[in-house]
Amino acid sequence: MKFLVCISNVPDTTTKISFTPDNKEFNKAGVQFVINPWDEYALTRAIELKEANAGSTVTVLNVGEADTEPNIRKALAIGADDAIRVNAAPQDAYFVAEQIAAVAKDGAYDVILMGKESIDYNGFQVHGMVGEMLGIPTVAPAMKLDLAGTTATLEREIEGGKEIVQVSTPFVASCQQPMCEPRIPNMRGIMTARTKPLKVVPAVGEPARTQVAEFALPPKKQGVRLIDAANAGELIQLLRSEAKVI
Amino acid sequence: MSVLVAVECAEGEVKKSSLEVATYGARVAAMLGTTATAIAVGEASEAGLAKLGEQGIAKVLYDAEPRLKDFVNNAYTKLIAAAAEQEQAKIIVLANSNIGAAVGSRLSVRLKASLATNVVALPKTDGGQFTVKRGAFSGKAFSDVVLSGERKIIALKKNSIEASHEAGKTAEVAAFAAQLADADFADAPQQVVMQEQTGGVLLPEAALVVSGGRGMKGPENWHLIEELAQALHAGTACSKPVSDVDWRPHHEHVGQTGITISPNLYIACGISGAIQHLAGVNSSKVIVVINKDPEAPFFKAADYGIVGDVFDVLPKLTAAVKALN
Repeated sequence: MKFLVCISNVPDTTTKISFTPDNKEFNKAGVQFVINPWDEYALTRAIELKEANAGSTVTVLNVGEADTEPNIRKALAIGADDAIRVNAAPQDAYFVAEQIAAVAKDGAYDVILMGKESIDYNGFQVHGMVGEMLGIPTVAPAMKLDLAGTTATLEREIEGGKEIVQVSTPFVASCQQPMCEPRIPNMRGIMTARTKPLKVVPAVGEPARTQVAEFALPPKKQGVRLIDAANAGELIQLLRSEAKVI
Repeated sequence: MSVLVAVECAEGEVKKSSLEVATYGARVAAMLGTTATAIAVGEASEAGLAKLGEQGIAKVLYDAEPRLKDFVNNAYTKLIAAAAEQEQAKIIVLANSNIGAAVGSRLSVRLKASLATNVVALPKTDGGQFTVKRGAFSGKAFSDVVLSGERKIIALKKNSIEASHEAGKTAEVAAFAAQLADADFADAPQQVVMQEQTGGVLLPEAALVVSGGRGMKGPENWHLIEELAQALHAGTACSKPVSDVDWRPHHEHVGQTGITISPNLYIACGISGAIQHLAGVNSSKVIVVINKDPEAPFFKAADYGIVGDVFDVLPKLTAAVKALN
């Protein structure tokens, strides 16, 4: 079984977000980048399934410029076998999906996994686009993934519940908790990751279909109005008469 | 050219988030001088669909194929694509739900459309560009995105606009056959399992939410959260540490790696307000924080706050709500 795990390089979850003075770009100064937390579920589950299915391989794929390589090496340290980096700044979901679809087709991967969405762009789009480009099913967002031969059984989250879905390989799934406990690299993994193959390929396909014109931060709160705990019921009055939300 | 809105239905009624989608679509149609048509998915009824007139929808297309009751990605994509072709729709609006995002992303490739998800406001069309505002950086920011394709698909974030209700107006419900084949249902679910929701209120759709964190000390104390939620007809939520230790199911986890919500009122009980949690809730219109630690960072993001013991404060709030009703 050939697994392809797509990871994106995102600002650490504790990052305070700011933009360049013209509000056109994210301000990367002093920001620590990590593997997108949702993608960690995809990566760890692929490694678990590889361990359970002898002869399998896990390839990790990133669309990004050379500065993403530390996180690609981290994915290799966690247990992926090799990596591919499409050498281009990710422009939009469509552009990224095109790159993934091209790599997936070229390498005839059986299972294409990624996180539910990236915590920076929050598109929740790439999985469906890749599935459609390749003409294969997509299961998103998946909370559970099991494989028996070429048949996968997944739990897909829907509003208020879940669906049990069966698909045959090849397929795409976007992953979220509680699929697995994401692994962290151990010392042996970190040592072996240095020599695992990392192939850099050029971008392909058509240009992006969306362009970010401007970023903005949410409006600041006015400041908290404190209510005495002894008189907590007053809050309910204020929520009705002043905030008018109940 | 027209605007097509895809509305999700359950038990014969259009979901609240889809009423918002219908309202949004009708307003975009009015901006562009055209009409809005709806296509129904899920368990729909003609009576429920006709009421979409109240949101400004002129016509609703309805395929009575029974297998469309449950979400089937390929079949829904084909159905909405066929409706878009028939109506020559240049703009398609869906809910930013697990269904809407799954279908919208496939649809954007099939129809060669520009796609924006997590959209929070009506488009701007000045300067010959079509621009939408969408949430980014997990609720920590917004971005204005230009949709440059001739066709555009918009997935509207829940609770971003209020659904309009023009009483008495009805939409024409027209039969629609997308010619779906057995192969289109190959990825149909084997089984659908619905979870019980506190007071029957679905968290992603809830206008009011009561949420608990580690300060609740254990799952046995959650009745305090549930009692206030039930009195308010609110949904219940929790922080990540709480779902990580299984005090509460993971579908209640709001935050950067859980679900993002934007209710009218979010009441946080015993949650310190880590930046990852704030990301999931900071677009709530009014935030109330109850915490015994006056230094809890959540107070900085709150509109109202009570410094006090949740075990003491929550019963008082529940009693005050009951007294009001």
